[in-house]
Amino acid sequence: MKTTLSVLVENHPGVLSRVAGLFSRRGFNIDSLAVGTTEIPDISRMTIVVEGDEYIVEQVKKQLNKLVDVIKISKINPEESVSRELVLIKVDTSPETRSEIIHIAEIFRANIVDVSRKSMIIELTGDKNKVAAFEELLKPFGIKELVRTGIIAVNRGTNTIKIEEED
Amino acid sequence: MKISGAEALVKSLELENTEIVFGYPGGAILSVYDSLYKSKIKHILTRSEQAAAHAASGYARVSGKAGVCIATSGPGATNLVTGIATAYMDSIPIVAITGQVSTDVIGRDVFQEVDITGATAPFTKHNYLVKDADDIPRIVKEAFYIAKTGRPGPVLIDLPKDIASKKIDFNYPEQVVLRGYKPTTQGHPLQICRAAKAINEAKRPIICAGGGINLAGADKELLELAQKANIPVTTTLMGIGAFPENHPLSLGMLGMHGLASANKAVTQSDLIIATGARFSDRTTGEVSGFAPDAKVIHIDIDPAEIGKNMRTDIPIVGDVKGILRDIAEKVKHNERTQWIEYISSIKEQINSPIDDSKDLYPQEIIKMLSDKTSGNAIITTEVGCHQMWTAQFYEFTHPHTFISSGGLGTMGYGLPAAIGVKLAKPGETVINICGDGSFQMNLPEMATAVENGLCVKILLFNNKGLGLVRQLQEFYCKGRYNQVNFEFVPNFVKLAESYGIKGMRVKHRDELSKAIDQFLLSKESFLLECELDIHENVYPMVLNGSPIDEMIGG
Repeated sequence: MKTTLSVLVENHPGVLSRVAGLFSRRGFNIDSLAVGTTEIPDISRMTIVVEGDEYIVEQVKKQLNKLVDVIKISKINPEESVSRELVLIKVDTSPETRSEIIHIAEIFRANIVDVSRKSMIIELTGDKNKVAAFEELLKPFGIKELVRTGIIAVNRGTNTIKIEEED
Repeated sequence: MKISGAEALVKSLELENTEIVFGYPGGAILSVYDSLYKSKIKHILTRSEQAAAHAASGYARVSGKAGVCIATSGPGATNLVTGIATAYMDSIPIVAITGQVSTDVIGRDVFQEVDITGATAPFTKHNYLVKDADDIPRIVKEAFYIAKTGRPGPVLIDLPKDIASKKIDFNYPEQVVLRGYKPTTQGHPLQICRAAKAINEAKRPIICAGGGINLAGADKELLELAQKANIPVTTTLMGIGAFPENHPLSLGMLGMHGLASANKAVTQSDLIIATGARFSDRTTGEVSGFAPDAKVIHIDIDPAEIGKNMRTDIPIVGDVKGILRDIAEKVKHNERTQWIEYISSIKEQINSPIDDSKDLYPQEIIKMLSDKTSGNAIITTEVGCHQMWTAQFYEFTHPHTFISSGGLGTMGYGLPAAIGVKLAKPGETVINICGDGSFQMNLPEMATAVENGLCVKILLFNNKGLGLVRQLQEFYCKGRYNQVNFEFVPNFVKLAESYGIKGMRVKHRDELSKAIDQFLLSKESFLLECELDIHENVYPMVLNGSPIDEMIGG
């Protein structure tokens, strides 16, 4: 079972290693981890996809909460949220295959961001399933490189994850 | 007036009411030692950095303050590591300060450089690499706050050399602002009501008291609840002292080497009230067989402990002191005649260590020491057979009188811890009970004791090897004893004498009583060596994978 957690952390050096270290030493599996600053410059937000049952996810949340640099953790419910991942794929091309690849990219609303004589870089945004389907279709042409950012997610509607300010 | 980072550090320690620090100097920490030179803080020079961390831990456990230890960068810092991990596993508040190489050369593998914040991240509650000298007062303030509040633990501050010499304007913050650190102290009122109801309905309840009772100073509240509702109390190793063992409701220690009566009673129980305990593997044995018919109330300040190792029916997160007080208010008096009678009957059946057919043997030595001190001593131990015998047969009646490494099981803990204890409690009799294996790990600390005029008694059980590991090899390796018997053992009496410590050796049972009298009467440090049969094992013993009521020798 995969669970997506949104984790607000202090934007300090070393926080990522504390979080990653916690996962490895407690034997938790990270499926993906994406991190960046938020609308508040001294707070970063990590989106962590965890593999594990309810017990594992509960332990992950509690152990993360014990880190002083971790400010808040929220579980992201897939039905009530939008999740996206950005993928860059460098694919082999030839004059014969080029137009077919462009066509597939158009269907997926992917962008072609670089073209050379023998290859092309395609940028795709989407959730896990969309990315997987796209990858599957490009495979026969020869994927030279594939890079993904890891999933980021945000709740739909007015529901937000914010730190509670105290007086 | 501007002061240096090192001066700011020492001034901050003073403002945290630090009276004693334990440490070992070196190059990268030079300016801190130069600032300590002018300070009223007393510095205790140990003979290794590990001992400084253990001494700080012993000091913390009896003083109620955070212990402070200081070391230089590189090997000084790595030598602290065992002491920090030991404190972490037992939730002891210490603040460790390490020197670091200058920020402009960090990461270049310069002389005595090691990434100590990286190394200690898994077993510190929090740590800091100071990058800006202006942060020093805030960081020290936070370090003490984090170490002491919530579930206590060690905090490390790594101070680079150039930061220590940078001049700053000193402003000590009045408050700590940490948005990611807000321990829950108040127990949930609804859960407290549920707990009280479960206790009122239970027929065979047992309280399992852990180290959290000692840490929270909740022994009086525990006693009140146990007496009001007539609930027998067993303790974990770390919980020893939390409940008076001479009380009729006391069951003593449970677990792998726990008393048979405690293990049996827990297994029969229909309600376990775990207070400040974390259900460690050494306590529970095979988890599925632990109190199989019982509901579980789990009270702990660390939410991550709830449900980690044991199923929980009623979890209560918060300060155990207030929670126990609230529960005690809500429970009804209950005679529980049948249960209490059962408890006293199993207590009578077993547990007598006395065997007149033997010559000198360890259980009797501990029992005699216990009788002769009447529990009015602070006992530290190392780790091994002697530790288990002490836990089993010394009758502890006060909190903070059993100081031992529980979670990490660190050999070499007891002697330096005893030094820390004696400095915090100069009026108390402090005895380190040790085996010849673990004593040899930190025995140079005899010098620290003598140098500081501290009376630390050492009761040494000499079985010429590593008894508890030997016992494991007997059971799990079919008696293939490997590396557990020392072929050379020093003359411990002469060794002690070379440190200026009086020594005495006992070989036979008839010499014991007099020797212990002399040992206890001595106004100076004293080493009493007892020569034991190497075949003496610790019983009862619960084998791996067995529930705790299946005991060998129980």
